[in-house]
Amino acid sequence: MHEWALAEAVITATQQIADKEKLKEIKEVHIKIGELQQVERDIFRFALSQLKPTSLKNATFHISTAKTTLKCRVCEHTWLFNKRKLDEDTAEAIHFVPEVAHAYIKCPKCGSPDFEIVEGRGVWLENIIGVR
Amino acid sequence: MNEVDPRTTVINKRLSRTGRIIAVSSGKGGVGKSLVATTLALALAQKGCKVGLFDLDFTSPSTHLILGVKDVQPKEDKGIVPPLVKGLAYMSLIHFSSDQAAPLRGADVSNALIELLAVTQWGELDFLVLDMPPGIGDAVLDIVRLVKRIEFLIVTTPSRLSFKTVRKQVRLLQDLKVPIIGVVENMKMNQAKQIAQETEKLGLKFLTGIAYDAQVEAAIGNITKLRDTTIAKQIREVAASNIT
Repeated sequence: MHEWALAEAVITATQQIADKEKLKEIKEVHIKIGELQQVERDIFRFALSQLKPTSLKNATFHISTAKTTLKCRVCEHTWLFNKRKLDEDTAEAIHFVPEVAHAYIKCPKCGSPDFEIVEGRGVWLENIIGVR
Repeated sequence: MNEVDPRTTVINKRLSRTGRIIAVSSGKGGVGKSLVATTLALALAQKGCKVGLFDLDFTSPSTHLILGVKDVQPKEDKGIVPPLVKGLAYMSLIHFSSDQAAPLRGADVSNALIELLAVTQWGELDFLVLDMPPGIGDAVLDIVRLVKRIEFLIVTTPSRLSFKTVRKQVRLLQDLKVPIIGVVENMKMNQAKQIAQETEKLGLKFLTGIAYDAQVEAAIGNITKLRDTTIAKQIREVAASNIT
């Protein structure tokens, strides 16, 4: 599953930050997932639990979801991404590479495909809480 | 702490079982860069090497047309596994965008590039050939920043306009201390040696000069015909004498 690759990135980034901050133990990892990427939460959480190394054995993962805001660069209209408006193949393509949204989604007001993904694209590491 | 994009941390791990990583690049578009990248990947595979071809020209991909790629999709296995196309592990945004135009700005190009580098499971490869977009924009800067061990192979035409832009690109790559395998001159109309001489003045190896070949157009999408073109034959020689 694609979620495993993203979970592995989160674990690796967490470890790098923990090493840099000289954290002996990590208690909490806060992750934000943008709706656009449609990450399967259960698979992602399972992958995190399977991939976590000893330094993360007592860590809890807090996962929040960010709504995806899109803004048209032509008419400046702002709207929220809605997965239900997409067919299955399109939703899956955007799941793999969110930028291909530009090939399928158009501004609902003026029809332009030139829009900005203002917020809620993919996976972000928001915060790590640990002890030195 | 500031929000962190975790994806960049796994890119070199994804490429850890890849031998040489060669970015085929050019200063300007329309010089035959995608043909050189594709024929180079095919030539290396023909020699028995395990080869990947990654089309990074996201807004104008064309290697799928050169290879005649039809109805293939990557598989999911702890990431994305590229399909095997004509003996090459083949990755392109085309797998996800189909034939739709994908109008991507610089930040989108960077994001898509980072995403694919972070989630593509190339497995064991002897060579990964990257078909770069022309110029010295985001994709080139990101590849140099994110992929350790990257090497460049530069394509130009005999035109002074093309070589002027190559000079800028070479300067940038030299400033960034990126190895350059050499320069391929494509679509030569005569025996002039100017590009070879100018290349050597830049301290680079002139790899080959390829005569304009009218047969190439008819070979697009048919690798049996493509292998008989002048470009494929000369790139095979470049692969044999300068790369393998």
